Amino acid sequence: MVTLLQQLVNGIVLGGLLAFITLGYTMVYGIIQLINFAHGEVFMVGSYAALATYLWALPSGIQSTWYLALPIVILAGAAFSVLVAVIMERFAYRPLRNAPRLAPLITALGISVFLQEAVRNFFPDGTRPKAFPEVFPEGQLTFLGVTVPASGLLLVVMAIILTGALQLYVNTSKLGRAMRATAQDPDTARLMGINPDRVIVLTFILGAALAGVGGVLYGVHYDNINITIGFQNGIFAFTAAVLGGIGSLRGAVVGAFCIGLIKTLAGQYMPGGTAYDYVWIFVILILVLVFRPQGFFGETERVRA
Amino acid sequence: MSALLEVRGLTVAYGAIEAVRDISFVVETGQIVCLIGANGAGKTTTLRTISGLLRPRAGDILFDGQSIANQPAHAILGAGVAHCPEGRRLFARMTVEENLLLGAYTRTDDGVTTDVQRVYDLFPVLGERRHNKAGLFSGGEQQMLAIGRAMMSRPRLLMLDEPSMGLSPIMTQKIFDTLADLKAQGTTILLVEQNALAALALCDRGYVVDLGRTTLEGPGHELLADHRVRAAYLGEG
Ligand SMILES: Nc1ncnc2c1ncn2[C@@H]1O[C@H](COP(=O)(O)OP(=O)(O)OP(=O)(O)O)[C@@H](O)[C@H]1O
Ligand SMILES: [Mg+2]
Repeated sequence: MVTLLQQLVNGIVLGGLLAFITLGYTMVYGIIQLINFAHGEVFMVGSYAALATYLWALPSGIQSTWYLALPIVILAGAAFSVLVAVIMERFAYRPLRNAPRLAPLITALGISVFLQEAVRNFFPDGTRPKAFPEVFPEGQLTFLGVTVPASGLLLVVMAIILTGALQLYVNTSKLGRAMRATAQDPDTARLMGINPDRVIVLTFILGAALAGVGGVLYGVHYDNINITIGFQNGIFAFTAAVLGGIGSLRGAVVGAFCIGLIKTLAGQYMPGGTAYDYVWIFVILILVLVFRPQGFFGETERVRA
Repeated sequence: MSALLEVRGLTVAYGAIEAVRDISFVVETGQIVCLIGANGAGKTTTLRTISGLLRPRAGDILFDGQSIANQPAHAILGAGVAHCPEGRRLFARMTVEENLLLGAYTRTDDGVTTDVQRVYDLFPVLGERRHNKAGLFSGGEQQMLAIGRAMMSRPRLLMLDEPSMGLSPIMTQKIFDTLADLKAQGTTILLVEQNALAALALCDRGYVVDLGRTTLEGPGHELLADHRVRAAYLGEG
């Protein structure tokens, strides 16, 4: 019983982490029908940018004051992720806007590899995993024998607040309305005077900011980062987006928590244990694609080959 | 009178198919001009090119004396040309109110709320159900919303593509009365219609489009009396 509760807690933390990434996948898909496989790397570079900021930009007085260091590295991580995403959109995807759909998809895979290799080559000793600095107090809550690490709590609370804020923004602001209009009918949105380039770049910015924050909190919670964290978590987040119904913000968050729970519970209870927990995620992905390709909240009309 | 919109020798193609061939017409400020013609004549293609959704292969489009032929669609709306597209094209999963606010997307003045209310006054059913999703309305009600949405940008030129499609005779009359009111308030209108009788009766000038060209033109009442028009579009002869 305690084990189950503990795995539920772990699953929710992982779900919160994935929620940071999933929204970027689903929003970009909703607007330009591109599965941005480089989005996981946007998450990863946010993590490294936070590390670099901590190591080389923060004076030691601030380094040791977590309530100053944490917001600074979060902002730095998010800002760098946004920068990378904006450059990527402008120079890689925008020129391919009217190309056959395979072209941007392959480009996305190329950017993914490029960003991993860039960090490997340019971050000092980039091949080796990096210890992430302690920018949040160690500590944990224990009740009924279940341990909830403070960093996990931080991650989940931030995930809920930020994904909620994003949905509020998209559903109520003028630019959010323009985003939804462009996703529903790009031509008619243009007839309303909406500049698609601006809306698309905004979509990349919002998704990247969330991914960057997620990347930093990944380091804070798991203590170690390496250049493959983006790829791994990106794939899980992508599965979560498909499960929730790609294009749907609500679906993305629900899907993220489902995948987080499935992965940790499978690691505990399924044959193969944690070594094969990711297999079950792909089993789910395949089942969803076969039996309910529109996911929980997606629309059938949006699912295209 | 000065020309608000002038289309000169416009040719538009989908790949190898030329849907519009060397079309020319003029819309004077304050007028209602209508384009009538058979299915597939190229009317919708013409409007989509004026509003910047399609690029011309040849020819030019002048709005207020400036060429807009290669401007992006959002800039053309910004210049004062609104387009109520064929088949309504509402944002079905958004509310009535959100659709109207999208129509006013480029406006920054504080008259938007007043104008939303004006649309509700004109079409009370929209006001009563302003928080319902647009996709839940009947075809005619959706058409009212589409017209209301196009008016929300306070355009100098309002282009409507078959606004009476799917409407009852009473609603059609109401739409045409609304267009006459808009004209009286100073809006210039370019109208594409299958309902040639009503359109020609309303318009100052009409053009008959056939196979991508304008074949006949003249004041609405003259075209109404023309035996070729009566034979081809009014089911006589
Ligand atoms: N997206 C497209 N691709 C290829 N051909 C097209 C496309 N849209 C229209 N056409 C063709 O262009 C020609 C003109 O079409 P258009 O829609 O402009 O006609 P229309 O006058 O608006 O007709 P209707 O009265 O039926 O609405 C037609 O032959 C049509 O088949
Ligand atoms: Mg048409």
